[in-house]
Amino acid sequence: MALKPQSLGLLVLAAAVPLVAVLPLPDFWITQLNYIGMYAMTALGLVLLTGVGGLTSFGQAAFVGIGAYTTAWLTLNLGVSPWITLFIGMVLTAASALVVGVITLRMSGHYLPLATIAWGLSLYYLMGNLDALGKYDGLLGIQSLSIGNFDIGQGRAFFVLTWFILLAFAAALLHLLDSRAGRAIRAIKSGPQMAEAMGISTFRYKVTIFVLAALSASVAGWLLAHFQRTVNPSAFGLKMGIEYLFMSVVGGVNYVWGAFVGAGLIKLMDDQLQVLLPRLIGTSGSYEVIVFGVMLVLVLKYLPDGLWSMVEKKLPRRPRAVDWQQAAPLPERNKPALGELVLDVDRIRKQFGGLTAVNDISFQIRAGQIVGLIGPNGAGKSTTFNLITGVLSLTSGTVSYRGRRVSGLPARAIAREGVSRTFQHVKMIPDMTVLENVALGAHTRGHKGVAAAMIRTNSDEERRLFREAQRQLERIGMGEYLHEQAGNLAMGPQRLMEIARALCADPALLLLDEPAAGLRHKEKQALAGVLRQLRDEGMSILLVEHDMDLVMQVCDHLVVMEFGTLLTQGTPEQIQQDPKVRAAYLGTEH
Amino acid sequence: MDSTIASILLLDGLTNGAVYALLGLATVLVFTVTRIIFIPQGEFVAYGALTLAIFQTGKVPGTVWLLLLLASVAAVMELFSRWQHHRSLPIALKAALKTLAAPVAVSLLAIWAAPQQWPLLAQAAMSVAIVTVYGPLVYRVAYQSLESATPLVLLIVSVGVHFALTGLGLLFFGAEGFRNPSFWDDRFNLGPVAISGQTIIIGLTAIALIVLLWLYFERTLRGKALRATAVNRTGARLMGISTHASGQLTLTMAAFIGALSGLLIGPTTTVFYDSGFLIGLKGFVAAVAAGLSSYPGALIAAAFVGVIEAFGSFWASAFKEVIVFTLILPVLLVRSIYGHNADEEH
Repeated sequence: MALKPQSLGLLVLAAAVPLVAVLPLPDFWITQLNYIGMYAMTALGLVLLTGVGGLTSFGQAAFVGIGAYTTAWLTLNLGVSPWITLFIGMVLTAASALVVGVITLRMSGHYLPLATIAWGLSLYYLMGNLDALGKYDGLLGIQSLSIGNFDIGQGRAFFVLTWFILLAFAAALLHLLDSRAGRAIRAIKSGPQMAEAMGISTFRYKVTIFVLAALSASVAGWLLAHFQRTVNPSAFGLKMGIEYLFMSVVGGVNYVWGAFVGAGLIKLMDDQLQVLLPRLIGTSGSYEVIVFGVMLVLVLKYLPDGLWSMVEKKLPRRPRAVDWQQAAPLPERNKPALGELVLDVDRIRKQFGGLTAVNDISFQIRAGQIVGLIGPNGAGKSTTFNLITGVLSLTSGTVSYRGRRVSGLPARAIAREGVSRTFQHVKMIPDMTVLENVALGAHTRGHKGVAAAMIRTNSDEERRLFREAQRQLERIGMGEYLHEQAGNLAMGPQRLMEIARALCADPALLLLDEPAAGLRHKEKQALAGVLRQLRDEGMSILLVEHDMDLVMQVCDHLVVMEFGTLLTQGTPEQIQQDPKVRAAYLGTEH
Repeated sequence: MDSTIASILLLDGLTNGAVYALLGLATVLVFTVTRIIFIPQGEFVAYGALTLAIFQTGKVPGTVWLLLLLASVAAVMELFSRWQHHRSLPIALKAALKTLAAPVAVSLLAIWAAPQQWPLLAQAAMSVAIVTVYGPLVYRVAYQSLESATPLVLLIVSVGVHFALTGLGLLFFGAEGFRNPSFWDDRFNLGPVAISGQTIIIGLTAIALIVLLWLYFERTLRGKALRATAVNRTGARLMGISTHASGQLTLTMAAFIGALSGLLIGPTTTVFYDSGFLIGLKGFVAAVAAGLSSYPGALIAAAFVGVIEAFGSFWASAFKEVIVFTLILPVLLVRSIYGHNADEEH
């Protein structure tokens, strides 16, 4: 298997680390590199959290502080070995991140940064006022790291240690992002609805990446404490928390290497400015924040993807090597027999305040049937759709799927039962390939989590997922698009990709929300063909659609809604003849 | 603790709470109209207090020079963007001059008036005027071209603006702290509690400002336009409401409230160039507790923050900040349990 450029870069860096250590570089530069390594580690956590997950935290510095103070206090007061305190610090960090995360991550995106600001401040004042932690003077005389009698806590040895930990973490992160769990994490950013419809618990993944980011900071804090051999609150305050975010934004918050670039640049600039500016201005003070502040605004305006994005554009994009031909197929759920009742919608109702959007609608879908849900604009079709898929909660009534009541369950639980859907407005991850987007649909059919992805014990399952994704894409005639960026697709293929993604979940019921909207005639014909083929394979389909040609062509049964109520239902022929339906669509003559 | 100490603490807390309430209102205001989480709110507080302090010494406050600098940057940006848009020099120049007009007028007045040692109230009014014109300029320079960015990007921009304004505060005011004279030195005994004139001023100003804000949003067309922008930006634009103008107006109001808060709090504590941040953040805690959306909610939460802080500083003075800022976690917990689950679309 050919190496991917990412892995190649890692290998080159890993080989360079010992080389740099033996080069006759001045000690000053080794020290700089040590700091850059520790900062990059903390910033890497933000790449995962902010760049990939779309969440922001100003609390990274506070977590560095927890890691640093834990090891400082334990080694000084109880004489515990630093190699043990590392893990104690990580446990404490994870626990506090878990508390902050669980509290704030259920709410909309901006509560996490706000909570971390408050959290960072209170932790700073706590460290600065506790006698046991030496108040604002901090703790002094922390031991250096050593293995046996060999001191590895300073200079070149420490450089090798820090950078190996950093590169290992970067490698783990790259692996994670290219995995089942990673795709789920990348899905969070574009809003929870699509991810939840794929059976993904967005909340759990949000908490997970917040904790992971905190842990990277904690390890950096442990290193920092033993490298500086002293800790005090100023290194862990809100200002530093903002600087970490700054590093990752300037470097490129979407890229693992952006954290390296950002950490390096900010560290060097910080040093230069702290000397240069007071000399220019004539008095001492931390004037560098002016430059940082202005720079941050400028970067967000003119280079929102950071410095690394310029490098990334130049890098060749190689299609993923296809190595899953021989992979075992994923297990399939047992399917209902032809004609068996699949979906039973019983008098469902939805009220928004005084408005009844859906008024006691009932209909059924049997296995191997395509049911069309039609009606003029504003009839409540999409609301009905959202009620069935669990996006909205019911005011009254029940929805049963294969004899089991599913109303009241969250969207992801309904998805796990085998109900797959597409969206009226295509929801995808534009910077992933078609294949990866479709593999997201098979999320519930895999089990390997974040840890397995980071240490790469998931390759067998990955191959099985990709094999399934390719199979579904070929099933609907998208075989030649596998390695295309999803964002580059035209509307028609995008919609087909969504259907392939839904099929990847191995559903027994497929819900399609206006799949023909924006399609050209030829594409519509192809879509009709795909739908008929799926039905012949035993799939049940609920189709919300405005295109009457398509609806009349493929549906076995039609449900007509108007003003939230059920107007009538029957075969396409019956509906076409029905005067009430004509009146609803065209108006009546007076 | 007896009831006397308790009532003193309560009064103290409510007084500070009134200022936090104003800042909390400003935060809610800015967020609802522009989706900007306006971290630099506190800088306006410090700028307001320090500008008055420098006026007291008879010198021209550094904020004036900074204002001219900021106005020049904004004018150049305006000139450039208008030129790109219209390709007409007169239009571009007119827009640039319009940007410069108010800041230059205020600055000239300040430079002329500074050595004349005007009475305290006149100096106070001038300080508020100077800081208020910062509002639209900050919006023009930092936020305007990023209007359609996500709240997250705007938040990070806010942090950048906060950094820059704090550093510039240090540059223009120095590291020295100032304590302003009280506007009203009389004291009144109300049972065991002595109420100072300053406390009364703080309370009355806060109430007056809140009523004014309410009238503005309920009774004026401009206020309603801002509310429309808050509800639906695209819809507001289609109705002819400029989002640029709304944003600038909102930050003008935020700067005004900030400067006024600075004057109110100036006589009760020593203000440094970076003091505003903590004061602003407490207003912030109140605003967040109110979900960044409810004015009365922010008001009540701010009073609560003030009282907690007062009692916190009595029982464990070293930990009062810890108490205030940790408080936000249980508040958010309650909100996340009882609040509707935000299933937002980005």
